Amino acid sequence: MGDTVTVMPADTAPVIVTGWGRTAPTAARPIRPRTYEEAVAAVRGCGARGAVPRGLGRAYGDAAQNAGGAVLDMTGLDRVHAIDADGGTVLCDAGVSLHRLMEVLLPLGWFVPVTPGTRYVTVGGAIGADIHGKNHHVSGSFSRHVLSLELLTADGEIRTVSSGTPLFDATAGGMGLTGVILTATIRLLPVETSLMSVDTERATDLDDLMARLTADDHRYRYSVAWIDLLARGAATGRAVLTRGDHAPLDALPARARRAPLDFRTPQFPAAPALFPEGLLSRTTVGLFNELWYRKAPRARTGQLQRISTFFHPLDGVPHWNRVYGRGGFVQYQFVVGHGREDALRRIVRRISEHRCPSFLAVLKRFGEADPGWLSFPVPGWTLALDIPAALPGLGGFLDELDEEVAAAGGRVYLAKDSRMRPELLAAMYPRLDDFRALRAELDPRAVFTSDLSRRLAL
Amino acid sequence: MKDAFGLPQSLLVLGGTSEIALATARRLIARRTRVVWLAGRPSPALEQAAEQLRGCGADVHTVAFDALDPHSHETVLGKVFAEGDIDMVLLAFGILGDQANDERDPAAAVRVAQTNYTGAVSAGLVSARALQAQGHGSLVVLSSVAGERARRSNFIYGSSKAGLDAFAQGLGDALHGTGVHVMVVRPGFVRSKMTAGLPEAPLATTPEAVATAVELGLRRRSETVWVPGTLRAVMSALRHVPRGVFRRLPI
Repeated sequence: MGDTVTVMPADTAPVIVTGWGRTAPTAARPIRPRTYEEAVAAVRGCGARGAVPRGLGRAYGDAAQNAGGAVLDMTGLDRVHAIDADGGTVLCDAGVSLHRLMEVLLPLGWFVPVTPGTRYVTVGGAIGADIHGKNHHVSGSFSRHVLSLELLTADGEIRTVSSGTPLFDATAGGMGLTGVILTATIRLLPVETSLMSVDTERATDLDDLMARLTADDHRYRYSVAWIDLLARGAATGRAVLTRGDHAPLDALPARARRAPLDFRTPQFPAAPALFPEGLLSRTTVGLFNELWYRKAPRARTGQLQRISTFFHPLDGVPHWNRVYGRGGFVQYQFVVGHGREDALRRIVRRISEHRCPSFLAVLKRFGEADPGWLSFPVPGWTLALDIPAALPGLGGFLDELDEEVAAAGGRVYLAKDSRMRPELLAAMYPRLDDFRALRAELDPRAVFTSDLSRRLAL
Repeated sequence: MKDAFGLPQSLLVLGGTSEIALATARRLIARRTRVVWLAGRPSPALEQAAEQLRGCGADVHTVAFDALDPHSHETVLGKVFAEGDIDMVLLAFGILGDQANDERDPAAAVRVAQTNYTGAVSAGLVSARALQAQGHGSLVVLSSVAGERARRSNFIYGSSKAGLDAFAQGLGDALHGTGVHVMVVRPGFVRSKMTAGLPEAPLATTPEAVATAVELGLRRRSETVWVPGTLRAVMSALRHVPRGVFRRLPI
């Protein structure tokens, strides 16, 4: 960068910050460090209401908000420092997006080890939320592939944190509350092509879906099911399964073989800033779901899809979160363990009876739990759904689902939460006390604070 | 912090014995609110209100607060905010006065104005600054339809609420973009101890209905809330009725 001046941005005026769900706006001073020195200065001088790192703002709730304090926009630290093209590792700044990593790595025959439903998350955010993808049952969460990271802690020091240490496990899934991740070394996945070979099938109801996922998931690296939560009666929980793996070179037609690692991402026009309120009603979403289910093939194997089509369909529409209008939306994601299918069935039935207009609901089987103290995945079933925040009675309804989830030994995903009661947290995350103790020692003045940490007393 | 539905975890009530405020507090406690500060003149009624809210499951504190002593507001409210974030301030104090008597007793009329207007200006500004410093929170101001157009039968109270209403609207605009949300609530005739013995006006409502409207307004981040909602249209029409006709209306 050749930038030798490390002047801190002057006292910037507060701006309104929300998460991807666009609920609960609060004001914070934005600081965009361009060097590690600027990041250190920002943390040292952040003031009484502390600071929280923020990446591309894809956490649905208030995880990357800090009312009255500072929000460190980490996207200014976006350099890819070193790629080991033989060994398959990359060292990059935390502000690098997975989109950028794919652009850089795919031509070299490497892919990110885990990708969520959007490429527009930063490496720092991926570790802070310990994100998972369609390959969780095989590969675990993102942090499992992080060998080490550099963490700027509350005392203004930069520490190298290796995988397997307590500080690493507190930081993986720690929602940015242990410090600011500056860089990370990530282990990559070798691929021959930039296309996916996808099998699609329909499941007629929830039991059919669970049976199919249980029977064949191990045969696929990636597996997920879109589920129609508005279907009722015998069709409750009907779904479309899409599972696959990176296509091997010999699966490509001759033309595509000439540039097998080409990474293209189609873009549609952005959603307009002002979307009519209540466009996503039970009727429109019900129609959409019906069409989506019917258009899916009953069974199709080996279809070639782009990475963006298979993993990130919504990334094609910038600002798609605006379709929920001014009121925003809530994303609810929980997991219940194997053996608690009864709870999953009950919850799916309740959601379907409550008529939540959700067109982005997915069900997935998780693999082994991840070591992060506040990491979300545990072996079992996870369901994620979007709901317009304006739906009457939604708050109370989700509280009831929380109770059901907690009673089944499950948990709710913090990266998506914007409304949970703090009382249930300890039951859902048994290592919460360890996390709190580590934070109290590492950051006694609570320099790292977010709206999420205030709301849930993390 | 407020959740995605605008429900506060901590609430400061200015005018801690107001029936509307207590109905609102009960409703919010049933949802999310855990900490409640009841500010008001020390009295058995205030302690009783606190006890009642404790019964609903909240952690309730009382604090001595006098709307008529604006010089003390900074200190009194500063102490509350120093204890932790306040997600919502409910400015609920106000007195109705006695129109017939107050017209003959200017000192009593001034007391209505000082409580409802100047007291609220002071407490509103102090609260607004504290909310702005924490970067979030709602200031919910209990205005009244009486402030929409002064009526012969209660123009002293009405004018004080008109002042309060205008002040709160302006404050809301001043705080736009600061993370602080100001919501003006304009109930019609509310059946409560304040209006006991008065002839009931059309579209009369209850403290519980106001509480429901406040909860909805918080979720929608509304700037103005009428209770009942139909009053918005009614008052919009009444506002344009010629003076000569308006003064003869039996309202």
